[in-house]
Amino acid sequence: MKAFWAFIKKEYYHIIRDPRSLLILIGMPIVQVILFGFAITNEIVDAKISILDKSKDQLTQEISNKILSTKYFLLSEYLESAKQIEGSFRKGKIKLALVFEENFAEKFNRKERPSIQIITDATDPNTAATLTNYINKILLDYQNEISISTIAPKGIEVITRMEYNPQLKGVYLFVPGTIVIILMLISAMMTSISIAREKEKGTMEVLLVSPLKPFMIIAGKVIPYIALSLINAFTILLLGVFVFGLPIRGDYFLLLFEITLFIITSLSLGIFISTLVKTQQEALLISLMGLMLPTIILSGFIYPIESMPRILQYISHVIPAKWFLIMIRNIMIKGVEISYILKETLILLGMTLVLMVLSVKKFKIRLE
Amino acid sequence: MIVEQNPIRDKIMAEKTNDSKYVVSVKDLTKKFGSFTAVNKISFDVTKGEIFGFLGANGAGKTTAIKMLIGLSKPSSGTAIVAGYDVIKNPEKVKYKIGYMSQKFSLYDDLKVFENIRLYAGIYGIPSKEIKSKINNLIEELGMEDMRNKLVGDLPLGWKQKLAFAVAMVHDPPIVFLDEPTSGVDPITRRQFWEMIYKASEKGITVFITTHYLDEAEYCTRASIMVDGVIEALDTPTKLKENLGVKSMQEVFVKLARG
Amino acid sequence: MSNIFLNINNISKSYGDIQALKDINFSVDEGELFGLIGPDGAGKTTLIRILITMLLPSTGDASINGLDVVKDFKKLRHLIGYMPGTFSLYEDLTVEENLKFFATIFNAKIKDNYHLIKDIYQQIEPFKDRRAGNLSGGMKQKLALSCALIHKPDILFLDEPTTGIDAVSRVELWDMLKKLKEQNLTIIVSTPYMDEAELCDKVAFMQKGEVMEINTPHQIVEDYDTPIYAIKGDSFYNLLLALRKMELTRTAFPFGESIHLTTYEEFNENELNKIICDYSNQKTETKRIKANIEDCFMAKMLKNK
Repeated sequence: MKAFWAFIKKEYYHIIRDPRSLLILIGMPIVQVILFGFAITNEIVDAKISILDKSKDQLTQEISNKILSTKYFLLSEYLESAKQIEGSFRKGKIKLALVFEENFAEKFNRKERPSIQIITDATDPNTAATLTNYINKILLDYQNEISISTIAPKGIEVITRMEYNPQLKGVYLFVPGTIVIILMLISAMMTSISIAREKEKGTMEVLLVSPLKPFMIIAGKVIPYIALSLINAFTILLLGVFVFGLPIRGDYFLLLFEITLFIITSLSLGIFISTLVKTQQEALLISLMGLMLPTIILSGFIYPIESMPRILQYISHVIPAKWFLIMIRNIMIKGVEISYILKETLILLGMTLVLMVLSVKKFKIRLE
Repeated sequence: MIVEQNPIRDKIMAEKTNDSKYVVSVKDLTKKFGSFTAVNKISFDVTKGEIFGFLGANGAGKTTAIKMLIGLSKPSSGTAIVAGYDVIKNPEKVKYKIGYMSQKFSLYDDLKVFENIRLYAGIYGIPSKEIKSKINNLIEELGMEDMRNKLVGDLPLGWKQKLAFAVAMVHDPPIVFLDEPTSGVDPITRRQFWEMIYKASEKGITVFITTHYLDEAEYCTRASIMVDGVIEALDTPTKLKENLGVKSMQEVFVKLARG
Repeated sequence: MSNIFLNINNISKSYGDIQALKDINFSVDEGELFGLIGPDGAGKTTLIRILITMLLPSTGDASINGLDVVKDFKKLRHLIGYMPGTFSLYEDLTVEENLKFFATIFNAKIKDNYHLIKDIYQQIEPFKDRRAGNLSGGMKQKLALSCALIHKPDILFLDEPTTGIDAVSRVELWDMLKKLKEQNLTIIVSTPYMDEAELCDKVAFMQKGEVMEINTPHQIVEDYDTPIYAIKGDSFYNLLLALRKMELTRTAFPFGESIHLTTYEEFNENELNKIICDYSNQKTETKRIKANIEDCFMAKMLKNK
């Protein structure tokens, strides 16, 4: 046991005596949150739109005004015919066009569900989807308003994914996403590099010749990084809550538990990588290409998984970050309980166990 | 791609360097890192065709001094003229005029023997017309005809070493710097390597060499021993031994370096 | 009486097509200072790594104090002290932290075994708060040796402890090894420097994965039976070339300030000198000498070719 503590102490020295890396490790989460928060915001303001109102009644007028009165949209022009729509897009003037069908108000009053056609510029699918969501939301609000006043509710379509994020604020997306990336980066990459460094420098040889058990070497490597990762998770959460006004509706202990679980999953991944490589460079490459990119792309952090090709959706199942992201979003934004995310928790636990068994098995007690 | 015309090289090669009999001329050369003086006012001259042994304990400042002489590190003060150029004013020109072989041999293991030669010939700006004959001559001289198309990584250490030496001199420099070239090599190969050094020296090429094998110090025309940033002794091996009344360079070294 | 401490039986090791070790057999007595002498690529490191249980032999077996290096590796790891060629210290830890760390992972206390490393460690103790990365080569070597000894091993393996180290530190290291030997520690040391062979009790000459010779340095030199002469001349290189061309020459190699010449038959010093003098057109000096270890190694190498 004493040997184990000595090992942890040594790891701790390695981390704090490399001020440059430490600064990056502690500073990176802060920089990332701020970057995502301010620069890469998902909110779009002042998008130009055109409106083709074939009905020109009071109801369409009200809806148009409602839409244009938000900060999201600016009117480019009223169109006279459908032929003008394409031209309007071509000129690059507008991001979106609204088409009200004929006899809109009449149909509405007859409870026939009149339609509004939304045409977007899908060359930029993210913007298009966001703008469509804004419009849907505005329409929904409007429907609610009049349903209260006129008692004529009909065919209200609830768009669930907006329910917990009424302003579609980017902060709900990027804070959990940043936690995922940072934890993955620090836990998996740093452990794999730190083990590879001992192999490169030849110190691993001496450790192996010593009576230290392989499990102790692995655990000793991992524990300081659990601490570091937790500090980072807290930093990001605090920034999210106090700077960007992110709510944490769920149980704090549940959140802490799931975060710790994901850290251990990532650490196991890191150790597993280190059993495959000989040099720090290899460890870095595999962590970056094999972990970071799939995590960013396939976890659902930036691109919604539902809109991916079937095959990528299947692949996303093996990405631990995907499951973690589902859980953490649910806890923070919906405030759900453990029973609601039991499946995801178990999947992550299973992954961790498999990785740990594989690592301890693959961790060589000799040099070949 | 091989550069057909290399104005810098042509100019440097055509330039008549001042006809000093010294290939290396160092005066009060100093290098400081902060408050630490790694090399402290060293002065010496090396004549043409000399085999100059540059000895010293680990951390005595040898490597720092060599880095200054080959234009990789800027001296804090003092002057050094190498192959006719001032290393402070013209470090780039110095580089064209010297050969350098490090412990690690600086050959590419994943290139073939002739490709390595071609590469370095290209780097030093040898016209492509001449490169082909240069490769053939070199390979023949080394007796490596049957290894021409082998990857350097597959060569035995001794051959690598010989090739590295030849490649370091591919541009016919007046001086070649060898940094511990014989580390870990078997005694026969080590001697064969020294014969290459003699041969180069006979042709008038100056050889500037560092080594931890002190029997090799005996083969030098003159040897200097650096201790704590200064040159403690510089003379022929025979004189050095006589002065200290000892029998071998090993004893000379231990006596001086222990201080 | 001496008893066998380390025993190696027919050990071979191959990596794919490459045979790193071919059929190695020898034994080392308790308390012996044993040298593995040979150039890079001779297989010294591979052999040491098999003995310290880091590598598995392809065939054959070895035992240390009766414990098999494959089956009993866990027990053996308590008995072994090992200093790899790269010194393997943590450069960002201080001298003292390194020593403490290596003591603790071997379940040892510094104060229990301090007497073992006292002579060595005292020399670096003034710098105990300095990071290992900032030590000179010689000091690093002393620290690494202290770390390898702190758990009081029964057998110490040193892989090329003197490579890249200056002559002064080399002399110091061998002095330390001599002292350690007095405590009845068995020491296996590998080196490419032939002159260090003379400082061992017994040596194995290794070349290309094979052991060419095992004996005491004294006996190896005694067994050398080729006539050998040291020749000095005014023009060293020309003399060498001339000697190479002479018919009486077996081999001619530079050796310090003279050339060592071996011949097919015995000559009188003066007669030989006259022949060489006439042939090479320069003033020469010839002496019949006793071969040194390096002469012996080269002779073995040439014979094995």
